[in-house]
Amino acid sequence: MNKIGLYTKKVIEHFKNPHNMGRMKNPDGIGKVGNIICGDVMWLYIKVGKDKKGREIIKNIKFETFGCVAALATSSVITDLAKGKTIEEALKINRNDVVKSLGGLPPIKLHCSVLAADALTEAIYDYLSKNKREIPKELRETRQRIEKEKKEIEERYKEWIKIEEEMHKK
Amino acid sequence: MKKRIYLDYAATTPVDPKVKKAMLPYLSQKFGNTMSLHSFGQEARETLEESRKTVADLIKAKAKEIIFTSSATESNNLALKGIALANREKSRHIIISPIEHPCIMESAKFLETQGFEITRLKVDKYGLVDPGDVKKAINPIRKSSISNGARKNTILVSIMHANNEIGTIEPIEEIGKIIKESNIQHPESRIYFHTDAAQSFGKIPIDVNKMNIDLLSASSHKLYGPKGAACLFIREGVKITPILHGGGHEGGLRSSTVNVPAIVGFAEAARICEREMRREAEKLTKLRDKLIKGVLEKIDGSHLNGHPKKRLPNNANFWFEFVEGESMVIQLDLLGVASSTGSACSSAKLEPSHVLLAIGLKPQEAHGSLRLTLGRWTKESEIRYLLKVLPEVIKKLRKISPFKKHE
Repeated sequence: MNKIGLYTKKVIEHFKNPHNMGRMKNPDGIGKVGNIICGDVMWLYIKVGKDKKGREIIKNIKFETFGCVAALATSSVITDLAKGKTIEEALKINRNDVVKSLGGLPPIKLHCSVLAADALTEAIYDYLSKNKREIPKELRETRQRIEKEKKEIEERYKEWIKIEEEMHKK
Repeated sequence: MKKRIYLDYAATTPVDPKVKKAMLPYLSQKFGNTMSLHSFGQEARETLEESRKTVADLIKAKAKEIIFTSSATESNNLALKGIALANREKSRHIIISPIEHPCIMESAKFLETQGFEITRLKVDKYGLVDPGDVKKAINPIRKSSISNGARKNTILVSIMHANNEIGTIEPIEEIGKIIKESNIQHPESRIYFHTDAAQSFGKIPIDVNKMNIDLLSASSHKLYGPKGAACLFIREGVKITPILHGGGHEGGLRSSTVNVPAIVGFAEAARICEREMRREAEKLTKLRDKLIKGVLEKIDGSHLNGHPKKRLPNNANFWFEFVEGESMVIQLDLLGVASSTGSACSSAKLEPSHVLLAIGLKPQEAHGSLRLTLGRWTKESEIRYLLKVLPEVIKKLRKISPFKKHE
């Protein structure tokens, strides 16, 4: 088995030595996803440049993450996947690419791969909207889903935290 | 060989070599079934009764007040459901704390679906139950509104002796006294007192008579005995309804062929604890306090969970700002240290520990929790190593976290 405990060797490698980790000064786009109450928060920064053909590419990318081993590893691997890609290519990176690049994730941790893909989407959206660019239809739809899920989680945990607080007061 | 340090003794313990030695003859030579009439069976039966006596001695109980089970979970299930079912026609109110082990929490929840009413007391920021709250919550004479005429007066109070996560030791003797007083005042409405002693049994003194305990659960694998053996103390005269029906083992309260080798191991483990408890508690308390002091001094934004003094000699539990527990546990594991966390990410339910939430931690704080539990073979050098690597682990994870303090 190519595993260390719960995780694949690849996950552990990224966890031990995360790639492109840290804060970026003056990023062109930031994607902030996750919720501290659930225990995973991912911030992804991108710097956009142009390649030789004049196409816009992700020239630099960095992340900061609070979360479990899977959250850190998916953050790290998505920066590898996105770096140097054109905006169009980067938008096509999805959760399956993330999971595949890590050699798999435990089923209970699959949501971390969604989080990483969402962070990239959000960062690109942030860049495009700041620069008053047209937002592709697909990206608009993905964003709607992300926003909806964000609200659901906030709603769900608001209720849950209230219950806990009330229990504590009793 | 890579350094491996085990600081998760509250999860389980290795079998003491002396325990293993005591068990071995009962695997292949003295293998008889305690219910058999022949000499093989009688030999096993005799050993079983000796073991019962040894385990009973550790908590000042009588041998006949001990029944053996397979796990503390089973003992706790039997205590709650056994008392509830045996008394359901007269009383249907049960009181527990909010920081009980899941096997109590879930058994209580199940009983709720069966027409019982559960009161979950609150605890303070250290995880302590206020005996005054027990006094207020017990109700020996309440009439019920439920249709079949059963009364909703209190039948059982179940409060753990020491918490498995934060190590806080509950005021069991005071609670026992309150229940005893109620029982004297209202002899027609007897309230039973159960305590889950899985974490305290063999580690700190227990006297079921002094503490007025009616039922007590304990498990072998937490005290250097094998897994698969545990016990339930049931005070003489207390009636419970069995859950496992069958051949009538353990006085008809727990049918199942008796696991003699594991029980022999349990008894030997209890014997060693009785002999070593004082010395071991002293040694571990010293190491624990050194660990707690070291962590709080060396790491900014670190907080102790549980009571500073009223805690198990072997338990330390912290929460660290801006870091997540599972990441800490795995990072420490890669450095050779075994630990545990109450973070949601490490649980099957993806929810943070109910114990940490009950003592007032916010979910994001509970995510940053780390439990380190020491044991018989913990060395000072291991604590020193932990104190060297843990600050580095926290520093590294904080560097990745977006919530670090920025200059």
